[in-house]
Amino acid sequence: MSMLKIENLDVFYGVIQALKQVNIEVQQGQIVSLIGSNGAGKTTLLRTISGLIKQQNGTIHFKGEDISKTPPEDLPKKGLVHVPEGRRIFAGLSVYENLQMGGYLSKNKAEFKEDLQKIYQRFNILYQRRNQDAATLSGGEQQMLAISRALMARPKLLLLDEPSMGLAPLLVREIFEIIKEINQQGTTILLVEQNAMQALKVADYAYVLETGSIVMEGPGLTLLKSEEVARVYLGG
Amino acid sequence: MTQFLQQTINGLSIGSIYALIALGYTMVYGIIKLINFAHGEIFMFGAYMGMLGITMLGLPFYAAFVLSMVLTAILGVVIERVAYKPLRNSSRIAALITAIGVSFLIQNLMLRIMGARIYAFPQVINNQVFVFFGLRVNLIQMIIFVVSILLMIGLQLLVKKTKLGRAMRAVSVDKDAAALMGINVNNIITMTFAIGSALAAAAGIMVGLYYIRVFPFMGFTPGLKAFVAAVFGGIGIIPGAMIGGFSIGLIETYVAGYGSTLYKDAVVFAILIIILLVKPSGLLGKNEKEKV
Repeated sequence: MSMLKIENLDVFYGVIQALKQVNIEVQQGQIVSLIGSNGAGKTTLLRTISGLIKQQNGTIHFKGEDISKTPPEDLPKKGLVHVPEGRRIFAGLSVYENLQMGGYLSKNKAEFKEDLQKIYQRFNILYQRRNQDAATLSGGEQQMLAISRALMARPKLLLLDEPSMGLAPLLVREIFEIIKEINQQGTTILLVEQNAMQALKVADYAYVLETGSIVMEGPGLTLLKSEEVARVYLGG
Repeated sequence: MTQFLQQTINGLSIGSIYALIALGYTMVYGIIKLINFAHGEIFMFGAYMGMLGITMLGLPFYAAFVLSMVLTAILGVVIERVAYKPLRNSSRIAALITAIGVSFLIQNLMLRIMGARIYAFPQVINNQVFVFFGLRVNLIQMIIFVVSILLMIGLQLLVKKTKLGRAMRAVSVDKDAAALMGINVNNIITMTFAIGSALAAAAGIMVGLYYIRVFPFMGFTPGLKAFVAAVFGGIGIIPGAMIGGFSIGLIETYVAGYGSTLYKDAVVFAILIIILLVKPSGLLGKNEKEKV
């Protein structure tokens, strides 16, 4: 089943066209990676899907429903949750309060508690620091918090923007392990990454974005072996 | 010593008024980075509504108080929706100039509707004077202080303990990220205006009650001083506005008591200049570092 289907998407920043005729499809249960260099339009694409950027032509369907005009705050309850670039955790709010914000729409206290328990079990460090200002966490911890916060909304589709950015190699590996885990538990993932190697390894399917256009697509492992991808993105 | 304590009592009373008004400035600034220069007029509107509630509707004081807070909250919401929301994505200076325009608009509308005369706020509270150890405190001063403190505690609980308060804090940190959590950012901004305006209304009624005078320009000076208080405490920081309000009230009263009443306003504005030169982020403000 198609979870997300983007057709002929054009996005403009004023007169500059940031995305040109982008077509992307994410099937339920997949991890789909979107790689490309800085400024290729990866973040723009995610921000457009989640409604933060409104100027666009083309259609975006989520579980068959057209969401191209849906404001960002209406997407989480449909099951689409976006973890933005740079983590964007709420500084000044405690770790626990950040998680509460993730479950903002949850009306069900029991579900909230259950989700919270799961997250505290998986990320013990968040439990230990639950009453601390989230801004005092390290980069890796903040990324775990940002992902956990998104999971509190029980997403069907998770958009992850550069989760490995600025993290030490060991943590990068852990983040990708977490991504795989989340996917195995039934959440579909659209992952944007500059770390092409890791992103292609975990991907069922992948797209390469260059200056606003999709220039290549295919199963992750196929792209990983492609000479062109290797030359441009893997430093081979 | 007695005189010092007497001045302190007077200062705390007027300071709690400044604090209530300053809270509105600081909450709005915290959430949309706008100095709402119409806030003094919102305060004035609150005083009028309280007075009219008593004189025209014949309400008891507490009912007029609540009614005025509600009506003034609505005024705040209307101002935000009509004047500021369309400018959400334009430059900050455009919104600031608009705020000054809104301030003049409300002043002059009130002048048109109610006239330039100074109304006497109905003296619904028998202003008894209590004497403790030679210190004179009147009932209205006590009411001002106690009501202000209760409202501030209420606000603090709202901001720290409720879902709405958390959402307000989240929106003030990062609007996009808040929207991605499913928060309707515009509604939260509207609520912030409503709460800030209701607090200003409370201050307006109590000032009307204390000084007995209600007139269209009554919001100007308290509005500016509360703005100084908000900057003094650290604009955007709620406890800062409270500390700033009490500080400005105390300083002003000491200057009037020990120096000259003529200088009290000058000293308050001199404080603004000094703060902006020495620590523009205010007493509780942190020097913001850009995070990568």
